[in-house]
Amino acid sequence: MPADMFALTLPFDPSALTLEMLMAGLAMLVLILGIIVPKGARHGLGWVSLLGILGIMAVAVSLWGEKRELLNGMYLLDNYALFWKITFMTAAALVILGCMRFVDNMGNQAEYYSLTLFATLGMMVMASAGDFITFYLGLELMTLSFVILVCFRKTDAKSVEAGIKYLLLAGMSSAVLLYGLTLIYGLTGSITILEIGRIIAMQPLSPALVLAVVLVIAGLGFKVSAVPFHMWSPDVYEGAPTPVTAYLAVGSKAASFAIILRLFVSGLPGIWENWAMVMAILAAVTIIVGNLVAIPQTNIKRMLAYSSIAQAGYILVGLVTATEAGIKGVMFYCFLYVFATMAAFVVATYYYNVSGSDELRDYAGLAQRSPLLAAVMLVALLSMAGIPPLAGFAGKFYLFSSIVGDFLWLVFVGLIMSMVSVYYYLRVALVMYRDDPVDATPISVSSPVAVTLVFATIATLVIGICPGPLSEVVNGAAHTFFLH
Amino acid sequence: MDFPVLLTILLAPLVASLVIMFIPKEENILIKSIAAAGMFVSLALSLYAYFAYNQDIGGLQFVFGHEMPWIKDLGVTFFLAVDGISLPMLLLTNLIGFSAIFASWNINNRPKEFFILLLMLIAGVMGTFIAHDLFIFLLFYEVVVIPIYILVIIWGSSKRVTKEYAGMKLTMYLLIGSGFLLVGVIALFIKTTAIAGHPDMSFTGMAMAAQQLGRFDQIWLFALMLFGFGSLISMWPFHSWSPDGYAGAPTAVSMIHAGVLKKIGGYGLIKIAVYMLPLGASFFAPYMAVLGVIGVAYAAMGAMAQKDLKYVVGYSSVSHMGYVILAVACMNVIGINGAVANMFAHGVMAALFFSMIGFIYEKTHTRWIPDMGGLARQTPRLAVGFMLAALASLGLPGLVSFIPEFTIFVASFEVYGGVAVIGIAGIIITALYVLRAGANTLFGPPRPEYDHLEDIKGPEMVPLVVLGTVLVVGGCLPSLLFDMINSGVVPLHAAISDALQLGGKF
Repeated sequence: MPADMFALTLPFDPSALTLEMLMAGLAMLVLILGIIVPKGARHGLGWVSLLGILGIMAVAVSLWGEKRELLNGMYLLDNYALFWKITFMTAAALVILGCMRFVDNMGNQAEYYSLTLFATLGMMVMASAGDFITFYLGLELMTLSFVILVCFRKTDAKSVEAGIKYLLLAGMSSAVLLYGLTLIYGLTGSITILEIGRIIAMQPLSPALVLAVVLVIAGLGFKVSAVPFHMWSPDVYEGAPTPVTAYLAVGSKAASFAIILRLFVSGLPGIWENWAMVMAILAAVTIIVGNLVAIPQTNIKRMLAYSSIAQAGYILVGLVTATEAGIKGVMFYCFLYVFATMAAFVVATYYYNVSGSDELRDYAGLAQRSPLLAAVMLVALLSMAGIPPLAGFAGKFYLFSSIVGDFLWLVFVGLIMSMVSVYYYLRVALVMYRDDPVDATPISVSSPVAVTLVFATIATLVIGICPGPLSEVVNGAAHTFFLH
Repeated sequence: MDFPVLLTILLAPLVASLVIMFIPKEENILIKSIAAAGMFVSLALSLYAYFAYNQDIGGLQFVFGHEMPWIKDLGVTFFLAVDGISLPMLLLTNLIGFSAIFASWNINNRPKEFFILLLMLIAGVMGTFIAHDLFIFLLFYEVVVIPIYILVIIWGSSKRVTKEYAGMKLTMYLLIGSGFLLVGVIALFIKTTAIAGHPDMSFTGMAMAAQQLGRFDQIWLFALMLFGFGSLISMWPFHSWSPDGYAGAPTAVSMIHAGVLKKIGGYGLIKIAVYMLPLGASFFAPYMAVLGVIGVAYAAMGAMAQKDLKYVVGYSSVSHMGYVILAVACMNVIGINGAVANMFAHGVMAALFFSMIGFIYEKTHTRWIPDMGGLARQTPRLAVGFMLAALASLGLPGLVSFIPEFTIFVASFEVYGGVAVIGIAGIIITALYVLRAGANTLFGPPRPEYDHLEDIKGPEMVPLVVLGTVLVVGGCLPSLLFDMINSGVVPLHAAISDALQLGGKF
């Protein structure tokens, strides 16, 4: 019968790709609209992208609970993937809503928004990737979009420099990663993560596999800017246009964690015990270096860059044990990290529009010029530091309680360093609150920005004061992870 | 459901600060009045709670929210309750908070932000004393740090150390301490969950499981908590933030910090560390006693060498907290009674001291003792407050701090003998520096440049009246305080000794 024939030639249900197809369609729509609409009306493209993302998010929420596997595990759609996709889209929505004016000042809105959407698409593919090809496809889509976005201010030498740096180093790290993946393929004869897991569990640990895993850790360590693969991030974060920095810091990192969990926990389950110590040391070094180097920074974007390195270190803590509690901790922390980071960067973006500077000393008296901006910045930074009742505290509680049994020393490192991080976060508070402004004119915050900031701050507070509901959602998502 | 007394006490200052947020910053008097009104509601209700608490029944009363799950997978409930140990602390917080508002009546530099932060700080401190859930306790415990930092860097003074240095030192000491504490709490949480089979972070639930922990676990967990709470209560050698911090802080913050915030350390030590980990506590008790005694003697000598009034009181508060640690280390009913009572007494006294010093500094623009002369003639009412606090500090009979100190001496002499004698000798040094500071500030030859000084009057009198009354009433009717504390300490001690005997069998 014809229907059966069709079913044979198309052995998967394309509706599992709904979200990705919608996102690709939206990105192209924005690009096309950019050509059609006159220059003066391109401001509206931001709203088109925003509404599109919100629509796709609604679809994603409606898919919650679905569980599909396409092409023998090449593409996985489960709560785990959906949770990450919603996280990426939340970040994208916040960065678009919060930074419209900045983008208008840069020009080329159509290209900017559509590249942002393509980067999101790449992340979404990564979250669902079930094999190496899909994973690499998503990774490169994301990375290449970011390369262009980083050097989006063509006339700004810093931006271009950052773009080239990112391109070269990302290319190199991709090569390292690919080499590792190739070795794994050579050893197991499979590229599907779940199957690799089954094969490796039966094999003894060979030196080639050790090398392969080291290479994969190095390649992905670059993406999450774990020390010692972090060198690129301060320069790139500083040079890139601030909204791009924000999205890079949140999205690219979260997507990489999504795939790291998939790869290591599902793909290399039996041998994980051997790697736990390596991960623990990586996490500890990342936390220590990130926090200590952040202390002397005088540029707010560089400071945030180092602090985001430290944040990556905290998240790595959840990978150490690869238990459900750890995975839950990673997901929980990544989600709340979106709000804190977005809030901080949106303030930085907005203030840059006003003052033209990213230097910390130019934030003097911000509290008197705009109490909202200063308060949001303070809340965001303190959430990153893990001060209750903000979200970061609950996040760290979950992360560190997953390792307290075997890696107590890491708990010490993490919590003490997060108290040290308060030192440099409070220096920002010092400048904003104590000093009197040079130019005392009040800053009026435009309403989209105000909405972004207030939303992100309220989310940070609510997750912190009442982490129960989110934690249950994350529990559900982390649970499906082990059901494949 | 009964009227949620504790919740109202907690929320009143927060509501007041929320209201202030929407008042234009020029409305100076209105802002201060609202702050005072908010604190008045809290104070009145906590007085009501104090006297309505049924001591015959004892235990937890005014319970709120224990059936309300807050974070299910951590077993956290928004559990508010008070017993005989926490009620005096809650009352103390409100007495000092209310006075602190009036001690800051003359703040005209950005008053709106000042009072918002001050009210948040007070609410945070109250929260720690009424929370009966370890997670909620920690939440409030760390919440207070940030308002303090901002209060110090904006409204602090840079006399001997810069206010930036003082603020950061305060913050870092407390946060590093709380970092260790947090490690202990997380580990304790994981271990008690394993024992009990389900997560439960309420004090009682957690203690039941924690008391069954092995000796080794209890010891290292207690060490972490001792470090965390010890740095908060300025236990020697983690005390050095205290004099510097108080010197840099504005008056209201010094009052609250020395008066109650520090006491969270002692309170946590008793109600969390000793209660949950009795084996660990009995292991560390002798060390604590030694550290406490060193603190008493060392800080008292430190205070002798100071010429800055705030440093004198700063060191003296470290010294007094040494007594509290010594008393907790006795681990018997009399000792813990004395510890809690002494925290209350010292809180009132230190707050009065700091508020008077604040006024002196405001009027003379100096805290340097040799520059004062004889302020008693020029500002007699100020002098009364100052001397009242000074005499309470050296434990004059008839004032609130005599009986607690006496109790501590009795308990510690019984348990530690010789070590306690050194601690008791500290009282002599205390008398020396306190009286000397009083004499050189108030009763020296009057200086003509201070002749025009106005004595405290109107709202400025509130701290003197409120805190002074408590000093005298508490001294004349000590049973008001002691019966209450005893009703909380006896069951706590019973639980500890049960656990200790059980532990002794293994």
